[in-house]
Amino acid sequence: MDVGLKDTILAIITTDRDVVSSGSVPIFYAKDEDEKEKIALLIAKVTLGMIHDLENGCYIIVKH
Amino acid sequence: MFEYGYTIIPSIVLGVLSRLSMLRIDSRQYPSYPQGTFSHLTLGIIAAALGSVAVPALAEKEFAAVTFLALAAQQFRDVRNLERQSLDNMEPTELVARGTAYIEDIAKAFEARNYMTILTSVIVSIVIFTLTQANIHKTLAILIGILIGFIAIIYFNRAISRQTIQDIADVYPAKIEFQGPLLTVNGVIIMNIGLKASREIYMKNGIAVEIIPKDENGIATLANLGQRQAIQHNAATQLGIRKDKDEPDFTPIARRDPHTGNVVMAIVSLEPDVECLVEAVKNTIVLESSKRKPLDSKAGRKAAD
Repeated sequence: MDVGLKDTILAIITTDRDVVSSGSVPIFYAKDEDEKEKIALLIAKVTLGMIHDLENGCYIIVKH
Repeated sequence: MFEYGYTIIPSIVLGVLSRLSMLRIDSRQYPSYPQGTFSHLTLGIIAAALGSVAVPALAEKEFAAVTFLALAAQQFRDVRNLERQSLDNMEPTELVARGTAYIEDIAKAFEARNYMTILTSVIVSIVIFTLTQANIHKTLAILIGILIGFIAIIYFNRAISRQTIQDIADVYPAKIEFQGPLLTVNGVIIMNIGLKASREIYMKNGIAVEIIPKDENGIATLANLGQRQAIQHNAATQLGIRKDKDEPDFTPIARRDPHTGNVVMAIVSLEPDVECLVEAVKNTIVLESSKRKPLDSKAGRKAAD
């Protein structure tokens, strides 16, 4: 059986420390847009998740 | 037993022919060739043999034999389970899943086809047997039996042939646009794609269609998630999808416009040819289990006008 976390936020990648607060989800801070894209891609490849843009400087990774 | 050879042999042959006529090997590669096809052919021969001995067994007053026939027929119900299980097991290995509704439909078709084979054999043996009982020459009886058998095969093939999407809806090419990170097709939001690189690939190579149902029956059928999954699967397998397991961004998703009931789908294929996509979507079968006919009800007809 395939067991895994589905349809939940696996990670948050952000450039803006003010829009996130610590919780149960790992948060990765990026220096700029390019680094954000890169971190998001790397995490998504590992988790087989998908990157979603919240348009407030945050990317979230969700596995569907 | 070979007293009844003149009924049994032609009806077995016609039965096997009827199974062969329904055993097509096409782009879907299901039943898979050669092993899957071979096992279904063997089952078809068994089904034909069962159907053809029913009438002679009754004529010999071998009622116990007939009950055994019923028992054997039960086995064919397992064909459905077997097909469902094997397709379910293969589901995680598909890049774009078939979906449970499509699997159920395939499994049902395989069970039904065995019954068609039994019925064809029974019909042929009944015709030959009764004609010979009515003192008609055996050769003539066999010829008439074979003729009726062929008519039965054609009739059954027509009776179980399924509609395709083009019978219930029109399919047109559509336009892909991004509203921020949201992928939209003709204004209908499909999903949120965060990665800029993926968005660029969509804009460059993505193709999309809009499926516009012809009436309320079509709207209700296309609302079914299983039907939409089947469309996605067909489009992806026929066009060749530009995606791997770790790229969920490129999973084709058919979304419904909640206002009109139209369905839109975007896909990034290896060959971005929108005409081929329209063709693939049009030729997707309408799943039996997804089909709805609200127009056949009083309330549905009233609501439609």
